[in-house]
Amino acid sequence: MEQTGKFDFKEIQGREERLAPGHRMCAGCGGTIAVRNVLKALHPGDKAVVGNATGCLEVSSFMYPYTSYEDSYIHNAFENAGATLSGVETAYKALKKKGKIKEEYKFITFGGDGGTYDIGLQSLSGAMERGHDMVYVCYDNGAYMNTGVQRSSATPMYADTTTTPSGKVSAGKPQARKDLAAIIAAHNIPYVAQTTFIGNLKDLYVKSEKAIYTPGAAFLNILAPCPRGWKYDAPDIIEICRLAVETCYWPLFEIIDGKWLLNYEPKNKLPVEDFLKKQGRFKHLFKPGNEYLIEAFQAEVDKRWEALLFRCGK
Amino acid sequence: MAVKERMSGNEAVAYAIRQINPDVMPAFPITPSTEIPQFVSAMIANGEIDTEFIPVESEHSSMSAAIGSSAAGARTLTATSACGLALMWEVLYVAASNRLPIMMEVVNRALSGPININAEHSDSMGARDSGWIQIYAENNQEAYDNTLQAYRIAEHKDVKLPIMVCQDGFITSHAVENILLLEDEPVKKFVGAYQPEHYLLREDETMAVGPYAVSCYCMEAKRAQAQAMRNARQVILDVAKEFEEISGRKYGFFEEYRLEDAEFAIVAIGSVCGTIKDAIDRLREQGIKAGLLKVRVFRPFPGEEMAEALKHLKALAIMDRCEGYNATGGPLGAELTAALYRAQASAKTVNIIYGLSGRDVKVSDIEMVYEDLAELAQGNNRFGEYPYLGLRNRSGDNYGADR
Amino acid sequence: MALKAEKINEHTVWQDLTEGLQIHEPATSGLFETGEWRTSTPVVDWDKCRQCLLCAPYCPDSCIPVKEGKREAFDYQHCKGCGICVKACPFGAITMKEGK
Repeated sequence: MEQTGKFDFKEIQGREERLAPGHRMCAGCGGTIAVRNVLKALHPGDKAVVGNATGCLEVSSFMYPYTSYEDSYIHNAFENAGATLSGVETAYKALKKKGKIKEEYKFITFGGDGGTYDIGLQSLSGAMERGHDMVYVCYDNGAYMNTGVQRSSATPMYADTTTTPSGKVSAGKPQARKDLAAIIAAHNIPYVAQTTFIGNLKDLYVKSEKAIYTPGAAFLNILAPCPRGWKYDAPDIIEICRLAVETCYWPLFEIIDGKWLLNYEPKNKLPVEDFLKKQGRFKHLFKPGNEYLIEAFQAEVDKRWEALLFRCGK
Repeated sequence: MAVKERMSGNEAVAYAIRQINPDVMPAFPITPSTEIPQFVSAMIANGEIDTEFIPVESEHSSMSAAIGSSAAGARTLTATSACGLALMWEVLYVAASNRLPIMMEVVNRALSGPININAEHSDSMGARDSGWIQIYAENNQEAYDNTLQAYRIAEHKDVKLPIMVCQDGFITSHAVENILLLEDEPVKKFVGAYQPEHYLLREDETMAVGPYAVSCYCMEAKRAQAQAMRNARQVILDVAKEFEEISGRKYGFFEEYRLEDAEFAIVAIGSVCGTIKDAIDRLREQGIKAGLLKVRVFRPFPGEEMAEALKHLKALAIMDRCEGYNATGGPLGAELTAALYRAQASAKTVNIIYGLSGRDVKVSDIEMVYEDLAELAQGNNRFGEYPYLGLRNRSGDNYGADR
Repeated sequence: MALKAEKINEHTVWQDLTEGLQIHEPATSGLFETGEWRTSTPVVDWDKCRQCLLCAPYCPDSCIPVKEGKREAFDYQHCKGCGICVKACPFGAITMKEGK
């Protein structure tokens, strides 16, 4: 089983669906778009075990007796998706060595930003550092959505959440986001990438295929908008993802064997305001007198973008 | 042919692990269980076993990885103590509810705080309601024998529950004693190969494990899980019987030591029972009818059987190496007293807290307890209302009561 | 014999639930019809549809089946009516109509 690097859009769309309908994710959920498309990158016929941290995805996609997975699936708890799948992967190695399993398996686990950036970070770090042959996929919707939109360390600066509400004396979340991709890259694993839903989802597919078929530990960070938490109309998800990329709020990049590669550089970098104004969670930034907040947000985006360009040798 | 050896409890357990050759062991070091993963790592390094060791970054991950491994179809074990077990607490329940027959060597040690590394049962007693089978050893021999029996119990089709094999920190885990070891072949035959029916990596079937379940399923699921623990009772006895055939050593829910004709008895768990037996032998020479009930199996709790074995006694001391912080005593005291009440046993009982954080218990301490049990039977309570054994106190009372 | 997912419901007695609540069949969630949630419904104008398939990967509910290079009718048993496909279509071939 090796990566092909090929992207045949029609062939991929015709592949067997590995995430069945009937799950209870909200209408328009970005998380499920991520999961479906990552799983589509498994080559037809290849076996996999799917893991999952507690979160929206888990309570919605394996609500007894209904599993949405075509493949074997394991959920354990909120903070241990990394360790759990590392146990599954090690069992595979052990049983394979003893001749009890003949076929090849791939190991992919999903967590939201709560289970990945925050409560599950130690478990993830351990699994990545040990180099298990697995992919950890974070579907990053930038808050603890399952419990009702509380801030996480992935929540962007100034976002209005239920634990960082904007108010008379508050502009929303005071801190800027944690750069998880860089943290995971510092584990010196063979493959790390950041992506979202753009165009025909080629970027997501290609990165998923690389992550799955690169031997060793791999990490994918997928911006997966949440219409309820971000307060936008569900159909606007494609536009919001496009703006996240075109404003350089969410750059597309890879770190392959420690080398940083920028996958897309907008010809005309849009002001971050374009991304923010589509979302109700930033509504307070557009009140008269709050222009300085948008300027500060822009400064943060610019700083990070410059740092990324530097890392990518630009 | 048994092999005579001298080894510590940790070595004995590692020897059993070598003979079992399990598939996967995730572990994180914590005193006094640390030697077990060390020994296993050395055996792997020397090619003596082909177990896969996962050097996880915490005990929470150790149990989490064990759950993944066991669900995937591998025979899995780990080892821990005290705070390590406490860190696993959340996922202990997950292992049990998913019906995964993981074995865990628990080397009992005091939970913090204050931090202390010595023998106490607060760690495993804290996990007593997590759905795990719990078997306790008095010495290295029992730690070895219990380890050999553990998978047979846990993996049985009527059980499928995780199991803790417990021994006392340092007193058992590190003290070197004589031991009779079985040869590899009869052990391999006795333990058998592991072939689960359902597992994540079964090539002709998928498995989904760890669901979200709404209220209309949860209560039924918990009752079904409770049935597995009830089923474990018979399986534990059956496995013990088979083990006796290869070892000549007899096991049950508990051991009765000179109990049948006893008038006064102590009920206790673990290494202190050796001290108690010594005291009993001395007292018997003086004509005092002292006896012991040593608890081996705490989960499932053999309350009915214990009450039956104890109902003829005049007075009884239930000793807990664990403070229950319930303002009445320890966990064994609470559960056994309830069982005695159900059995309408007439023995006068007292619940004594002893040996916390490795506090020594001497033969003379135990002799005193028996003497005071005789007094209790006469209606003279020297224990007070909340007895602690070996506690310094202002009044110099033997049981720490400052009246 | 363990019950199949389709036989398990709020009347199932404790002895009949699957052991450890494990499910040993794939993709049983198809039995649950999330189409009930829909308040508006995507409709394809097949004259406008050019089978570019861009709508298919964007559906969060896997409700746009693709066979032999062509998208088929919506899976209305499960479509929640989120409307993302309307925006994904470059040819205006999908519109939302009120109700189921």
